[in-house]
Amino acid sequence: MTRRIFIPRDATARSLGADAVADLVTSEAARRGIAITVVRTGSRGAMWLEPLVEVEIEGQRHGFGPVTEADVAGLFEQDFLNLADHPLALGAMDALPWLARQTRVTFARCGVIDPLDLEAYKAHGGFAGLARALGLDSAAIISAVDEAGLRGRGGAGFPTGIKWRTVATTPADQKYIVCNADEGDSGTFSDRMLMEGDPFAVIEGMAIAGLAVGATRGFIYIRSEYPDAIATMTNALPLARAGGLLGPALLGSRATFDMEIRVGAGAYICGEETALLESLEGRRGEVRPKPPLPAVSGLFGKPTVINNLVTLATVPAILTGSGEAAYGALGTGRSRGTMPVQLGGNITRGGLVEVPFGTSLRTLIEDFGGGTASARPLKAVQLGGPLGAYLPPDALDVPLDYEGLSAIGAMLGHGGIVVFDDTADMGAQARFAMAFCALESCGKCTPCRIGSTRGVEVIDRIRAGENTEANLTLLEDLCATMTDGSLCALGGLTALPVTSALRHFPEDFRDTRGMP
Amino acid sequence: MGAAEKAAERVFEPARAEAAIAACQHLAGPLLPVLHALQAEFGWVPDAAVPLVADRLNLSRAEVHGVLSFYHDFRRRPPARRNLKICRAEACQAMGGERLAAHAQGRLQTEFNGTSADGQVDLDPVYCLGNCAAAPAIMLDGRLIGRVTPARLDALLGMPLAQAEPAR
Repeated sequence: MTRRIFIPRDATARSLGADAVADLVTSEAARRGIAITVVRTGSRGAMWLEPLVEVEIEGQRHGFGPVTEADVAGLFEQDFLNLADHPLALGAMDALPWLARQTRVTFARCGVIDPLDLEAYKAHGGFAGLARALGLDSAAIISAVDEAGLRGRGGAGFPTGIKWRTVATTPADQKYIVCNADEGDSGTFSDRMLMEGDPFAVIEGMAIAGLAVGATRGFIYIRSEYPDAIATMTNALPLARAGGLLGPALLGSRATFDMEIRVGAGAYICGEETALLESLEGRRGEVRPKPPLPAVSGLFGKPTVINNLVTLATVPAILTGSGEAAYGALGTGRSRGTMPVQLGGNITRGGLVEVPFGTSLRTLIEDFGGGTASARPLKAVQLGGPLGAYLPPDALDVPLDYEGLSAIGAMLGHGGIVVFDDTADMGAQARFAMAFCALESCGKCTPCRIGSTRGVEVIDRIRAGENTEANLTLLEDLCATMTDGSLCALGGLTALPVTSALRHFPEDFRDTRGMP
Repeated sequence: MGAAEKAAERVFEPARAEAAIAACQHLAGPLLPVLHALQAEFGWVPDAAVPLVADRLNLSRAEVHGVLSFYHDFRRRPPARRNLKICRAEACQAMGGERLAAHAQGRLQTEFNGTSADGQVDLDPVYCLGNCAAAPAIMLDGRLIGRVTPARLDALLGMPLAQAEPAR
């Protein structure tokens, strides 16, 4: 029987040599006269095991990783296709603790199927969400999203059902669904993984959103830094049309929805929803004042649902399986369901971990992540991207949920966790936060445009020992002005990494000239 | 493609610009797709294309210039033969990304947003390639590479220009 071998084509796996490994596995098998089929999948998110090679035996998948080109011949020598013992053997993938301890809902198919195989998508639960939605009216779809407790996974955590209901009840001749795939936060890659590993889920989620609010057209705005994701989504659209996930007759019904792909151009601010809409319309990515909300007057002035990609891709999963009640039963407090957390930076077992809300940072970083990659003491964790707080090691017992984090002056953002060891200079990190804001500010509002540049200067003066006390006061004052006076989250949250670094690591802001 | 052909490809020709514009003109909000198409055609967006874009999309030149200059991706001068993007965001900083960045500047003898002293490599900063669990990350000639050390970067730059691998 022809063995099936699964090797990811995810960008991180490829960046670590997955293509070369796949080519070698194919040629080694041919050379030895062994019949195999290599299936290229998305990534399961265990980036520390990439390139991960899986062998399917009697429906069970067994892993080997991380596999380099140099390992391939040896794997064949030791008969890995029949699971002879090998130092890289991981055993049955379903039993791998790193995966078994997760609760995979949004990422259930990612890393499991060929992302462009519509039959495999269907066999693993695809289409069922849209099929159910087609039998429901708008209010019932939105009620299901409410019951699941789904909140925006882009960072703001706004209840998705409320947003959708606003669009649904605003009369207009045209409405739009916009999927925000401008995943610019350092430390995050969940949107990228889903686009590369399960693009049909994104498309199905957008189609369901269209049904719920009465929108027939959609756009997905993908950042240009993700060429693989752009390619996979581009290849997925015609397949989705042929399969009835998109087009004039969704799954043979009378409902219509279609979408197109737009590519960003390297502007971080375009992840902010109104700047993204400006960019889609062909303008500079400058933030719009709110109100009006995009739900009332969004793309081309029409009512628009604009949601993060993970939010939309979770909707089909919520409507299927055990349904919205089961999803809503996961999590804690007002943070329901699961969160795909991304572990990056200086961490041993980096990757994507999907867990129910309420899991502690310590569990994620120590149990899943295995501590720092450098084996040096952990010094700080930045949570939620470049606008997120820096937390010290003693804050790691905080549960990961919207309210719990906000109580300690942090935020979840898009779920990125970046770990730093004790060689990090938190004064330099604070300076970078201001410099990044200055570089990426759209220029629309003064506190962000000017404040960020002044922030760099003040931090430089503090670190050079010039009027330290007065300049520290000035920095706090500047941070308060940016927080209170900026139009959007870029200027409004840049103070968070700065003030948290200042509060938790004051020693890194001292004048260090002349010290050993 | 030979060096001469490559150089010819980068020279602004109104007819090729017209074709690139025409391919995207029908889209809703066409300006970004048009600028991307021009960059794909020429490798950069020549200033000479601005009045043409303005005319075809019924915009002012100032509007086109404003958008062109807003986005980091659009090149305003012809590219070098090779392109090196180094991630300078936090996850890569936590894994020695700034040391890698300094090494690249020294080796190529240029600042970021510049071209190497020998004119062969453009050095660009990038803020996150989504490869944060395999940091530090670079993109060399369109190919994403993870866990890059200074020695590895030297080896990669020493290799002949590989065509960017197409996404599979």
